[in-house]
Amino acid sequence: MVAASKIDPMHQFLIEPLGPRLQLGGFDISFTTSSLWMVLTLVILWVFMLGGMKRELVPGRWQVAVEGFTGFIRNMVDANIGPEGRKFTPYIFSLFMFILVANFLGLMPIGIVPGLHPFTATSHFSITGVLAIMSFSIVLIVGFWRHGLKFFSLFVPHGTPMVMVPLIAAIEFISFMVRPFSLGLRLFVAMIAGHILMEVFGSFIVSGFNGGPMGWGIGLISFLFIVGVAALELLVCAIQAYVFALLTSLYLNDAINLH
Amino acid sequence: MDLESAKVIGAGLAAIGTGAAAIGVGIVFGSFLQSALRNPAAADSQQGRLFIGFAAAELLGLIAFAVAMIILYAI
Repeated sequence: MVAASKIDPMHQFLIEPLGPRLQLGGFDISFTTSSLWMVLTLVILWVFMLGGMKRELVPGRWQVAVEGFTGFIRNMVDANIGPEGRKFTPYIFSLFMFILVANFLGLMPIGIVPGLHPFTATSHFSITGVLAIMSFSIVLIVGFWRHGLKFFSLFVPHGTPMVMVPLIAAIEFISFMVRPFSLGLRLFVAMIAGHILMEVFGSFIVSGFNGGPMGWGIGLISFLFIVGVAALELLVCAIQAYVFALLTSLYLNDAINLH
Repeated sequence: MDLESAKVIGAGLAAIGTGAAAIGVGIVFGSFLQSALRNPAAADSQQGRLFIGFAAAELLGLIAFAVAMIILYAI
């Protein structure tokens, strides 16, 4: 690439093994940067939840923070699935918190310390795709478990005229099968897009200030812009985690209550 | 025209789709605000639907971005 050789915004998504390369049955199973950041996410989540699960009668600040998150997810599940959905709250909560913390960790300004780079585990389709397939298989298992073959009535909404049934069923089937793909794609592309934008404008600042008085203005404008973009990215991180959890609960609602 | 320039032009054309998604997201939030201000009592119960609409509009824009990236780096 002509332009990419100078800035190379895709380099930050490179997965590198930390330590020896391990092979198992033709697959590379070495401990990579991606694994490291997922482990970090889990450790942070674990500490956060452990500090807030004291069950005190008068909650402290930490417990209020944790209860805010759990209450938020519980309300969402109650509103979307109803009382039947209570047993799926732990799954949706773990999904939401994992994505949220992984997204935020990727935005942390760790690059200030020389030699360290933040890595967004959710910026790879192999991660978000697996999360989406997990949600999708839970929907399938729950649907067939509860309704048996009646689950297929999901593809024919109530009151469809007989003439339209084949067409509607085909469309509903396609929109059903696309769900895991769109669920994973949305999260990983949103993360990649934000990080590329910040990388490109970050390099504008550097090359702008190296480019003489004319460039200083461009560098300054890029700097102000990137402050706004960083704030927007924090919002996007939270929204994408919320949308993933919300859509998972909606799909579960389809499987539990049919429609 | 050689392949390199065609790639860059194609990626630029694909970026138009992101702008279209921006219009869509604007319409989603704009209409939500319009109706929420008319009936604020019912607004909170519709927030889930707001984000479903937002997610659908945004996904199509992100697909345009994915197409641009595929053209630039994968072909």
